Amino acid sequence: MYEGIVQDLIDELGRLPGIGPKSAQRIAFHLLNADAVDVRRLAGVLVEVKAKVHFCAICGNVAEEEQCRICRDPRRDTTAICVVEEPKDVVAIERTREFRGRYHVLGGAISPIEGIGPDELRVKELMQRLANGDITEVILATDPNLEGEATATYLTRMLKPLNVRVTRLASGLPVGGDLEYADEITLGRAFEGRRSVDD
Amino acid sequence: MHVARLSLVDFRSYPAVDLDLARGVSAFVGPNGQGKTNLVEAVDYLATGSSHRVAGDQPLVRVGAERAVLRAVVRREDREILAELEINPGRSNRARLNRTALPRSRDLLGVLRTVVFSPEDLALVKGDPGERRRFLDDLLVARQPRFAGVRADYERILKQRTTLLKTAAGRSGGPRRVGAADLSTLDVWDAHLATAGSELLSARLQLAAELAPHVQRHYADLAQSVPKAAGGNDVELDYRASVPGTDAAATREVLAEAMLAELERRRSEELDRGVTLVGPHRDDVVLAIGAMPARGYASHGESWSLALALRLAAFELLREEGDDPVLVLDDVFAELDDLRRGRLAMLVAKTEQVLVTAAVAADVPEDLVEHRFDVRAGEVSRV
Repeated sequence: MYEGIVQDLIDELGRLPGIGPKSAQRIAFHLLNADAVDVRRLAGVLVEVKAKVHFCAICGNVAEEEQCRICRDPRRDTTAICVVEEPKDVVAIERTREFRGRYHVLGGAISPIEGIGPDELRVKELMQRLANGDITEVILATDPNLEGEATATYLTRMLKPLNVRVTRLASGLPVGGDLEYADEITLGRAFEGRRSVDD
Repeated sequence: MHVARLSLVDFRSYPAVDLDLARGVSAFVGPNGQGKTNLVEAVDYLATGSSHRVAGDQPLVRVGAERAVLRAVVRREDREILAELEINPGRSNRARLNRTALPRSRDLLGVLRTVVFSPEDLALVKGDPGERRRFLDDLLVARQPRFAGVRADYERILKQRTTLLKTAAGRSGGPRRVGAADLSTLDVWDAHLATAGSELLSARLQLAAELAPHVQRHYADLAQSVPKAAGGNDVELDYRASVPGTDAAATREVLAEAMLAELERRRSEELDRGVTLVGPHRDDVVLAIGAMPARGYASHGESWSLALALRLAAFELLREEGDDPVLVLDDVFAELDDLRRGRLAMLVAKTEQVLVTAAVAADVPEDLVEHRFDVRAGEVSRV
């Protein structure tokens, strides 16, 4: 245990995701040794990010204004929506530059253990967006784990009566990898999702 | 296959121990509480990722240490494989194979295979259905490591669904409410439960069917010199599923449909009780001797013979697929009468590697033992 404020700092850092007690201690001492200017800048950004950033009124992504950059962009395709769990998934898909439509960020996945059901996610907002009629395709890009799959199944059932095309991201082999190193589940999925190459 | 070298760091009572092992029968002899079983437990943990003695990992780590490390050089035919496992209680274990880190510790399953006989085996006959389900599932995983994933997925889905049932029934506080959203997500969990559940169920049904003739044969062999039970000595092994109309010939799709139908039929009961009542986690394997259920009716001796027959059958199924599994006999000779000792000794003589623990040397048939180790106060020395 360190004295007062130093221990408080370690405890606060230790509450961040992915940071254990040892890392928290290392970061704390790094901050203590750093220039006051640098630390003040970090503190400033922390305060500012909480004050300035909110969630986009349309898609739920992080935004500095009422709507996020993607929802405001008139060049984006308005007929396709890609549904993801978290804002960081938007960033990941944007990096591919494959998708020109818009997003919908659910804010998590269905998980009764964590007390998360459809009411805790932005499902109602998604249904409202679809009611406006422009949208012809919904791409479900939730994580390929149990909770993500359950969320995708739930949304598929909700969307069925709406007469839009619903697709799910393919799961399978990583590009540039070796077949022999793939685990059985991934390889099994890749087999299930195989497609014909003659067209 | 056999274990050529075993090293433990901070496992149970051992700060550090290194052992060279060989083919044949190795006996670890020493008074109780000196650490004999810890050695064979380590071998079994490397093979199965769990212990036959405790459910959690904390007791496996030496008091005061943060983690335990198990290392084994496994020799299969003429290849040598180095398997390493770091046990981190409360966090995920880390595994390495030939010094390469594996993405998940369960990828180590299948490298080493064991069959363990221990006094706890009596629970296979006398204990709760959970003991028999675990016996089948462990054997499934040993034969096809892929099932470790299926089993883990099923348990996770089950936990999610049961939590949902409990909240929907208002058990976690607040008034009872079953909203439309709750019910529609329940349908989703039903579908996922049926997918994973039918895969597990179908594999278990097939395994039980393959196992039954072996168990019958071994039991008949063990029971031949004892007076017949009232209804004869025929053993039945009957997989009793919580889903009606299931048999080993049913396809996974048929089983999934049957499971969904049964889930729907019992939904209101499930909502009332806040428990998932349908699925492989509610199944049992009913063992009967001479048409009487073994649990509750069989004598102590009959129960022992049946438990032994189950393990022998498991050993045989694994052996049929090629390599001999490592046979672990943890303190069992002392529990057996001469006939059963003799049967076990016959099996032992034909197996590539056998690890035996005993409190006194006299408990182990002397002509069997090829390598003897004394275990005393955490020191293991070759005799």
